[in-house]
Amino acid sequence: MSIAARFRIDHAGFSLDVELELPGEGVTALFGPSGSGKTTLLRCVAGLERTPGGFLSVNGDVWQDDRLFLPTHRRPLGYVFQEASLFPHLTVERNLAFGLKRVPAGSRQVDTDHLVDLLGIAHLLGRRPDKLSGGERQRVAIARALFTSPRLLLMDEPLAALDPQRKAEILPYLERLHRELSIPVLYVSHAPDEVARLADTLVLMEDGRAKAVGPVAEVLARLDLPTAHGGEAGVMVEAAVAAHDQAYALTRLDFPGGALWVPNHAEPIGTPARARILARDVSLALVKPEHTSILNILPAEMVETAPEGKGRTLVRLSLAGTPLLAQVSDKSAAVLGLAPGKQVFAQIKAVSIL
Amino acid sequence: MTLTEADLSAIFLTLKLAGLTTVLLLLIGTPVAWWLARTRSPLKGPVGAVVALPLVLPPTVLGFYLLVLMGPQGMVGQFTQALGLGLLPFTFAGLVVASVLYSLPFVVQPVQNAFEAIGERPLEAAATLRAGPWDSFFSVILPLARPGFVTGAILGFAHTLGEFGVVLMIGGNIPDKTRVLSVTIYDHVEAMEYGQAHWLAAGMLVVSFLVLLAVNAFKPGGRQP
Repeated sequence: MSIAARFRIDHAGFSLDVELELPGEGVTALFGPSGSGKTTLLRCVAGLERTPGGFLSVNGDVWQDDRLFLPTHRRPLGYVFQEASLFPHLTVERNLAFGLKRVPAGSRQVDTDHLVDLLGIAHLLGRRPDKLSGGERQRVAIARALFTSPRLLLMDEPLAALDPQRKAEILPYLERLHRELSIPVLYVSHAPDEVARLADTLVLMEDGRAKAVGPVAEVLARLDLPTAHGGEAGVMVEAAVAAHDQAYALTRLDFPGGALWVPNHAEPIGTPARARILARDVSLALVKPEHTSILNILPAEMVETAPEGKGRTLVRLSLAGTPLLAQVSDKSAAVLGLAPGKQVFAQIKAVSIL
Repeated sequence: MTLTEADLSAIFLTLKLAGLTTVLLLLIGTPVAWWLARTRSPLKGPVGAVVALPLVLPPTVLGFYLLVLMGPQGMVGQFTQALGLGLLPFTFAGLVVASVLYSLPFVVQPVQNAFEAIGERPLEAAATLRAGPWDSFFSVILPLARPGFVTGAILGFAHTLGEFGVVLMIGGNIPDKTRVLSVTIYDHVEAMEYGQAHWLAAGMLVVSFLVLLAVNAFKPGGRQP
């Protein structure tokens, strides 16, 4: 079960040259700055860009090779554009039906009522697109794409055109889709938070090339990649709710490398949770600090360092296998004598639950 | 009522000509407008200019060339004769052909503008929802371009109603066959029958005004002050 893609485009001023083998399930984020080729890659997969010599197979079915080019309308995919792109002359209900009725009855595998509930659009069915908010429009667009029972869902920055409030309104729906549907998703984004929250696999795009491919937690922690640098650099830790401390309004998350105390996260014990820890929120000590206000202090092993510039050093640590990034000053790095294999204590000032 | 039978016949003939011309223009103009709206061919400029020519050309010039082309020595004339259709000048069919050319830009341009305003995205969205090119055209493009079609049809119809120079050049003045309203008005004036001319001319004036009013009503945002 996998998605194999090979595309090459050579335009003046822009080129795309990728060869990817991606998991055939879960959410794969295509991540990178604007102009890095994320959207073009997505459009190639959809068949919206013609790419002679390209190759694409999705979970065993070839959609494109040297002799074959399935046009977009013959590819069993769903596509969510950055702007919802609903048909303005049709009601929400008829927008949803547009794709559904073009899929042969035998190939319909989606419980449409459930999807309408899941995306919270039941009360919008009779309205026209111009009477919807941006967030509502995008939810309808997602439902419309899923109504065609796609074998692959393509999402091109579905949240980019929305303000933070609307974004926060849609993210839970996307997470539920992720948990409940087994359709593989290619998700274009340039927001690290979205990626850390939603994606399982990360493709880091730069100048039309795939610079790195791998599980999100691993790629985000690689010091040789630009994702590890800048104010947003940090790791994603897959954990599970382990205990609640009502008295102090705290929740303990356990992960293979230890435990993290976070502000009350009212979910049942055992619920998976993703935590994001920014490199700038992690400091290091050689002996276990005592008499400190910091709750989360974990033993860690130094793995490698990379100069960050401006007097700072980026340190990659291992918490019994789980990667963690810390940003320290060059001076501290020298004073602590940081070297691979050295045992330290990581003080984590802030953890955000995604 | 002071309209004579000949006047009524001219009115009927004019409506028939304008109606038939409009239908043909929608059929011919739509693919032309689609091509002009979407092509990246270097021919787009020249073809667009040819389509727009009747906007600036004196109708007599258009009529003159059509007369020559469709006449016994013209390419089109020899072709229609070879087909056994005879010659087109001074027939109703000839008037229809001339009217289609004469009113072409009035249909093509609004429809082309409507197509261009729709852009690429609805077509791409339709394709990702399993609609093939023809399906998308009828289920998405036509409904979205409707205001352009309405405007084009009204303008094409109205423009054909008022056609004079081209008719005179290739249609002449044959009662019940090619004598349309504008020519009839001219005849009345020539014959000093100003009363008759008034009736028909005022009728044209009112109809034209109503038509333009209708076009404005169909423009998006046309109802705003």
